[in-house]
Amino acid sequence: MTDISQDKSALQDDHGPDYAPGTHPSLPPPSSSVGPIHWIRVNLFSSIPNILLTILAVWVLWATIPGLLNWALFDAAFQGDSRSDCRAVAEGACWAFISSRFGQFIYGFYPVELRWRVDLAAIGLVMALVPLLFDKVPYRRFGLYFAAAYPFIAYFLLMGGLGLEPVETSKFGGFMLTMVIGVTGIAVSLPIGIVLALGRRSDMPIVRVLCVVFIEFIRGVPLITLLFVASTMLNYFLPPGTTFDLLLRVLIMVVLFASAYLAEVVRGGLQAIPKGQTEAADALGLTYWKAMRLVILPQALKISIPGIVNTFIGLFKDTTLVIIIGLLDPLGIGKAALADAKWQGLAAEVYIFIAILFFICCFGMSRYSLYLENKLHTGHKR
Amino acid sequence: MSEAYASQMQVLDEVAIRIQNMHKWYGEFHVLKNVNLTVNRGERIVICGPSGSGKSTLIRCINRLEEHQRGDIIVDDIELTNDIKNIAEIRREVGMVFQHFNLFPHLTVLENCTLAPIWVRRMPKADAEEIAMNYLEKVKIPDQALKFPGQLSGGQQQRVAIARSLCMNPRIMLFDEPTSALDPEMIAEVLDVMVSLAESGMTMLCVTHEMGFARKVANRVIFMDGGEIIEENEPEEFFNNPQSDRTKLFLSQILAH
Repeated sequence: MTDISQDKSALQDDHGPDYAPGTHPSLPPPSSSVGPIHWIRVNLFSSIPNILLTILAVWVLWATIPGLLNWALFDAAFQGDSRSDCRAVAEGACWAFISSRFGQFIYGFYPVELRWRVDLAAIGLVMALVPLLFDKVPYRRFGLYFAAAYPFIAYFLLMGGLGLEPVETSKFGGFMLTMVIGVTGIAVSLPIGIVLALGRRSDMPIVRVLCVVFIEFIRGVPLITLLFVASTMLNYFLPPGTTFDLLLRVLIMVVLFASAYLAEVVRGGLQAIPKGQTEAADALGLTYWKAMRLVILPQALKISIPGIVNTFIGLFKDTTLVIIIGLLDPLGIGKAALADAKWQGLAAEVYIFIAILFFICCFGMSRYSLYLENKLHTGHKR
Repeated sequence: MSEAYASQMQVLDEVAIRIQNMHKWYGEFHVLKNVNLTVNRGERIVICGPSGSGKSTLIRCINRLEEHQRGDIIVDDIELTNDIKNIAEIRREVGMVFQHFNLFPHLTVLENCTLAPIWVRRMPKADAEEIAMNYLEKVKIPDQALKFPGQLSGGQQQRVAIARSLCMNPRIMLFDEPTSALDPEMIAEVLDVMVSLAESGMTMLCVTHEMGFARKVANRVIFMDGGEIIEENEPEEFFNNPQSDRTKLFLSQILAH
């Protein structure tokens, strides 16, 4: 603190040459207001509470990190066929358990000899996502065509047909099931959510009432209830004898659920756009849909990015609820694996592994949303 | 001097806008009461009046940003009805400039100008860009074409807004208090553009309190109060010899300082 006041007086003493009014040049900032030393002083040691917090944070890190690293890495067993094998080698985590079940965690009960189709679908997903998510990709145009065709490609790769051996959706499981539900849910619910949000603000009372009723009903019911309806009650509503794939029913319910939430997020964004934007678009002769597509939605969706991604992340994690109606996502696989007598008592390893899988996906979405917000920023900063 | 200047600009004998016995209500509130107004092609009309007098509402009725409930509005021989086709046709012919510019902040200046020509007039992108650059030169900011509106000053934004309207090649321009949100230094640059637009023979309706502008370019000044047209006259007459007491009071207030 004394340093700063000294700096100030130093500056006052050394105020430099006098300039005639109107000719004062822009000078570089004083050296004490830039650089790493300045950063540390301002951010870590600026006041007594700040100094205490810095010391506390360092102490917490020092107390926890070594133990964690020891358990997870230095004192962990990576090979072995049972828990006792692990314990014979090391006291820490028994990652051998995860590697022995790794296939199931990823592919569920998908036939082992057909797992290449899931791998291919995963590679395809990356190839479809890159041109969709980033606009400076070489050959983006073809990438977008591929992205448009990808849902069909993925369907045939995973389900079979067109000469590929059919695989029942009941064999789907593990992380692959999470991705199928998560990606389908995200991709389908966003457009439905946008339409619902526009409908809720429509001038036409019937459209508006339908949208409000749908949104409020779906939002007012827990997802688990909807999943139960999907797994059991739907049979009562459908004509007898119709078979209706369980995974498909779950997908429909997840999409409906997420789209109701997205509709409200997008409506928040629409509300934030000044009325003048619609008026300017109208005055230029743009039709309602063109005005929405070219003027209003690009701005409204940009504002809603944090909320939209928040909903996506929530949806992605909610896919674990399918365990309740008997679909085996990674949590289901983990639970089943823990029942194995050879590997009993290794819950920490299983749940940490699953947590890492989910964290990578959710953190990725979160980072992408920040990137997108920065990219779309068109104010003074750029 | 101003009269001679105004008379250089030609007014044709052809009707551009005809408003007959027009009424408008906001719910229970009677905003516009029996408005009658005929604007010839090439005419430049300044509408003034106290706030809440219905002057903005009046010009916003002309391109259907507001709906009128009784009477007729005929723009360019097209009657303004609930028919979406007529509304679209009128909006293509009528440009509008707003108090708060209402540029599209997510698009560059150039994209703001080409959006409507491309999507409404179905013009090829290259042609639309050429026309846009042409108008941006006329409003003296071609060098800002690739910037975003948020990076421009208010005066520059309003000039872009004028260029954006002109890109649709309108036959009539509506100005809704175009300089009210600007700093004094920027008012002049916008008014300059509007004067040169008037010189080019554009039919203009302008809600403004810039009385210097009214004297310089208007053929007629209209004074509104309480939703009615109180007085209508040539600028010299209007300013030097106002008829009604309400007009006199208004003029004494705005010209007092």
